[in-house]
Amino acid sequence: MHILTNYQHHTNDNSPINIDIVNLSVYYGKFRALAEINLQVHEKQITAIIGPSGCGKSTLLRSFNRMNDLTPSAHTEGEIRLDGQDINATGIDVVDIRRRIGMVFQRPNPFPKSIYDNVAYGPRLYGVHRRSDLDGIVENSLRQAALWDEIKDKLHQSGLSISGGQQQRLCIARALAVEPDVILMDEPASALDPISTLRIEELMHDLVKNYTIIIVTHNMQQAARVSDYTAMMMIDEQRAGNIIEYGKTDVIFTNPKDKRTEDYVTGRFG
Amino acid sequence: MLRKTFEHEIQQVKDDVLILGSMVEQEILVSVETLKKRDIEGSRQILELDKKINAKRFEMENQVMILIATQQPMAHDLRLLASILEIISELERMGDYGKGIANINIRMGDQPLLKPLIDIPRMAQRGADMLHRALTAFINEDVETARAIPQEDDEIDGLYNQIYRELMVFVIQDPKTIERANWLLWAAHNLERVADRVTNICERTIFIATGELKEIDSSDDEQRKLNQNPD
Repeated sequence: MHILTNYQHHTNDNSPINIDIVNLSVYYGKFRALAEINLQVHEKQITAIIGPSGCGKSTLLRSFNRMNDLTPSAHTEGEIRLDGQDINATGIDVVDIRRRIGMVFQRPNPFPKSIYDNVAYGPRLYGVHRRSDLDGIVENSLRQAALWDEIKDKLHQSGLSISGGQQQRLCIARALAVEPDVILMDEPASALDPISTLRIEELMHDLVKNYTIIIVTHNMQQAARVSDYTAMMMIDEQRAGNIIEYGKTDVIFTNPKDKRTEDYVTGRFG
Repeated sequence: MLRKTFEHEIQQVKDDVLILGSMVEQEILVSVETLKKRDIEGSRQILELDKKINAKRFEMENQVMILIATQQPMAHDLRLLASILEIISELERMGDYGKGIANINIRMGDQPLLKPLIDIPRMAQRGADMLHRALTAFINEDVETARAIPQEDDEIDGLYNQIYRELMVFVIQDPKTIERANWLLWAAHNLERVADRVTNICERTIFIATGELKEIDSSDDEQRKLNQNPD
């Protein structure tokens, strides 16, 4: 495996990698939004992607599960290997990719269905129809999302009838129901109150025992609190997003190697 | 400039470190002077100065805690504020050494000094000078100076050993002098500890600038290690 890194890369540990990004560039039409990104994501760890607005964090995140495919002008070069297999290769089942790499968005977006049907939707699409099986999946997913105790008596209420924080945990449960390997989170708590935010963060600490988590966040204290690894992004002179430093979170926030990272995490960037 | 307010508050805390440092330098030098001159009243004033040093230390600690809580410092800012907490603790302990010397003078009462003080004031002067330069290095994040100052600890240790030998000669010749010898040995010991704590401040300066947290061995320690492991 050949990795080109032109930035400060200091993870240097032996924990397994399950996502390997090699020379990834993403274009919107002629505009290159991401420039030759190289990144190794550690399995069952939380990786935070931070950086100023417009540096390509969400574009990078959406590359992991080929959500950029839904933008007509977008095209991708380079490879994203999930367990060694390039997800952009010809013949790959993109629906299965999106099952294995689930996503939670900034604004909670439960379906206008019951809580039960929100969680059961994915398994049903995969052919699970027996009631007892679905009941088990729904309960297990809602328990993993730390939501079961709060809504177990209202599974048939609308997913839109619960609070914002609960809706976000419902969206997490929905992603968990199809047994992903990876969960992507695009600023999952930015629309939530502080207590709901802390609940989501606690949940992440529990989920990471079983899932690889990648989170984009503007909240540096959140990135520092929750993540094991942090990738710092910035745009270059051509306005393309680059990773300028990647390392263990405690190092990034106590002794970053790149001055631009130092300036950003200390709030001197501007 | 972004974070102008935070920058201003950091600068104030750094200025306070220098103020606390100069109070401690004064406490060390004047405590030895009052011992040399057997100025009991002067020593009592040192005890009052020490109270002011303690109060200032706690005030600064509180200020740093507020900055940490409210400004969420990261990276260099975090290393700086965390190190300031350590440095002011070291300074307060150095002040206590000065207070200890003042107390020795008070407790000696009417007893004359065993011998005129020459090396003890020399230790105090060297230690205060090392402290002054160490704090300047801290303000300027001067890693080179911070690495060099601890090597001067050898001179302080040399003076202490000399004082110890001289006092032992007195005691051997006249065992009744043991109490007065002990007082002076304690004073010298306090000054030897001042220099050790200057080394700790230098270690923190290096940490702030580089992120590297390591004990600095004086050449004495290096030699001891070599003696243990000749290979």
